[in-house]
Amino acid sequence: MGKESHLSSVTTNIEQGPNRKPSADEAKWEKSVLEPSLEKSPERAKRFTTISDYPIQRLYTPADLAGWSAEKDLGFPGQPPYARGIHSTMYRGRLWTMRQFAGFGTAEDTNQRFRYLLSQGQTGLSVAFDLPTLMGYDSDHLLSEGEVGKCGVAISSLADMEVLFDKIPMADVSTSMTINSPAAVIWAMYLAVAEKQGADWKKISGTLQNDILKEYIAQKEYIYPPGPSMRLVIDTFEFGAKETPKFNVISISGYHIREAGSTAIQELAFTLRDGIEYVEWALRRGLDVDDFSPHLSFFFNAHSDFFEEIAKYRAARRIWHKTMHERFGAKSPRSWALRFHTQTAGCSLTAQQPYNNVVRTALQALAAVMGGTQSLHTNSLDEAWALPTEFAATIALRTQQIIAHESGVTNTVDPLGGSYFVESLTNEVEQGAWDYIEKIDALGGMVNAIERSYPQREIAEAAYRYQVSVDRKEKIVVGVNDFIAEEKPLEILQIDETVAHRQAERLRKLRADRSAGEVDRRLKSLRKAAEGTENLMPHIYEAVKAYATLGEICDALRDVFGTYEEVAIT
Amino acid sequence: MTDKKIRVLIAKPGLDGHDRGAKVIARALRDAGMEVIYTGLRQTPEMIAAAAVQEDVDVIGLSILSGAHNALCPRLMELLREKGMGDVTVLIGGIIPEADIPSLKKVGIAEVFLPGTSTQDIVDFIRKRFAEAQKA
Repeated sequence: MGKESHLSSVTTNIEQGPNRKPSADEAKWEKSVLEPSLEKSPERAKRFTTISDYPIQRLYTPADLAGWSAEKDLGFPGQPPYARGIHSTMYRGRLWTMRQFAGFGTAEDTNQRFRYLLSQGQTGLSVAFDLPTLMGYDSDHLLSEGEVGKCGVAISSLADMEVLFDKIPMADVSTSMTINSPAAVIWAMYLAVAEKQGADWKKISGTLQNDILKEYIAQKEYIYPPGPSMRLVIDTFEFGAKETPKFNVISISGYHIREAGSTAIQELAFTLRDGIEYVEWALRRGLDVDDFSPHLSFFFNAHSDFFEEIAKYRAARRIWHKTMHERFGAKSPRSWALRFHTQTAGCSLTAQQPYNNVVRTALQALAAVMGGTQSLHTNSLDEAWALPTEFAATIALRTQQIIAHESGVTNTVDPLGGSYFVESLTNEVEQGAWDYIEKIDALGGMVNAIERSYPQREIAEAAYRYQVSVDRKEKIVVGVNDFIAEEKPLEILQIDETVAHRQAERLRKLRADRSAGEVDRRLKSLRKAAEGTENLMPHIYEAVKAYATLGEICDALRDVFGTYEEVAIT
Repeated sequence: MTDKKIRVLIAKPGLDGHDRGAKVIARALRDAGMEVIYTGLRQTPEMIAAAAVQEDVDVIGLSILSGAHNALCPRLMELLREKGMGDVTVLIGGIIPEADIPSLKKVGIAEVFLPGTSTQDIVDFIRKRFAEAQKA
């Protein structure tokens, strides 16, 4: 794939290089208006850059869009290349799903918060699990000490999942679950509860994060080596395409890559290259591209640089359309259209003057909406200190409602389409991402690139560069390296320290009450299946229904697959 | 001042994998001329104490964002004392509620650095502690 083929023939030149040909009028304006003005009062800085250190010009004009075609590069909403959004009416038809990520303590605690959020007008659920659950350990495992119920809800078995969704109609409410390495197990628990509620699997909707590649790259919550991990992911693709046609079996995530310190272009490129990797593995399994691709969804960060983020979302849709259409030959428009969830940037929140975080989050959320997101989580003002209080979480939800119902930005589709700046930046961000995608192709794909620490190193470099620029005050963070003030401490959420004890007690009771023989049989059959090549989802489902715990099921797979240790780079 | 390089162990205790802060600090301290050893992820207090002895470090920097600090720090401090490393400077960086800071200092944590701390402040803190320890 040559670079030129990706963009019709766009040549934009950010540093005002030789390819940029200003019109006679622009050249005249520069001589007669701009230059005298610069002589009188120079600009604030020599170089203006995005938060990702990407250079931005003083002014964008038609000269920056030479070769750009409104027909080919912009198109119409709901139509390739989807630059303007994936639906023809966008938010005039239906607003984005307001989906606040929540979870803490026991299943009872989180069930209560979920029911509160639904009563306040939230339109979908999103489950945060605690670290032991994310790592496939039961709450009473030695390594779970101090972590139970802290970063999310503790779910060790189907019994916990039953409590988590008590009195929540799974047939009507879509649920997103942020779970990766043990995703197949947690999903099986969810499906088992849905079955008990009498909800039809063909109709239930939701999203499983299930993106193991970004775990190796950024968030580091992996259990098994890449090969068997990818097999588990493809097992869920196959199972989902058959059994749960409305469920997104994966949310290919840039969020964590960005939080780990990447630039916007790296976030975009690594995420989409991860997407390519999943498609390639699924095709190798023999799946039909148009069977599983409509169930792939994406998840991006909404960071603080307003236009860079909007350009990123627009470029993402163009790249994915081109990739699915040209690289993989997908025929269904549902395979071409990139649907995504967005979360505002946790790493942009400051512990200092925390009420300022409401403003940061509002701007970031606005960028996500202007970029055409399908669902959105807005962070709470107190998250640089702890998990959010109900008070803080409510303001975060209200922020979305104000954007949706008061700001007016939902009245028209892609309000920034055609802006010289936004279109130029979209082109440039897209080109930057293609360059990375080609590099990773040349390294033999993302799994190979990860094993060589390539994306990890790129991100660590960018994270360090950013820290240095903040330390040197080249980038200003309000309340942190400038505009500093004394302040009163914030009231924060206290996690009940008896959670671990209560969970351990519940597990003890579960192990005593269930049929040990049945659990044993189911785990044996899972182990045997794991040694072969068949789809593991049905085996995991049966083990879950016998109340085998998360830790027991993950251990059975650890026995067969082994575990993964990364080469730590600093 | 002596020519001895300050030796620092950067450690990630607990199950959390968010290592951006740990890596940035490791690199900043190295750029400031210190000898930095990074343990990698998911270290138990036992593993950290053993590494501290083996590497004979002057400073241990813990990066904790998961809320597990109240469980992990007292045990690490106890293990360090048992191993005769009670006077090593132990620092924490991460998401730590302000209300927890006094009890962490009580068990012997020298300082807690919250989000937004400049790397230079941490470098300065370590240098000052080290110079004082050399004088004593």
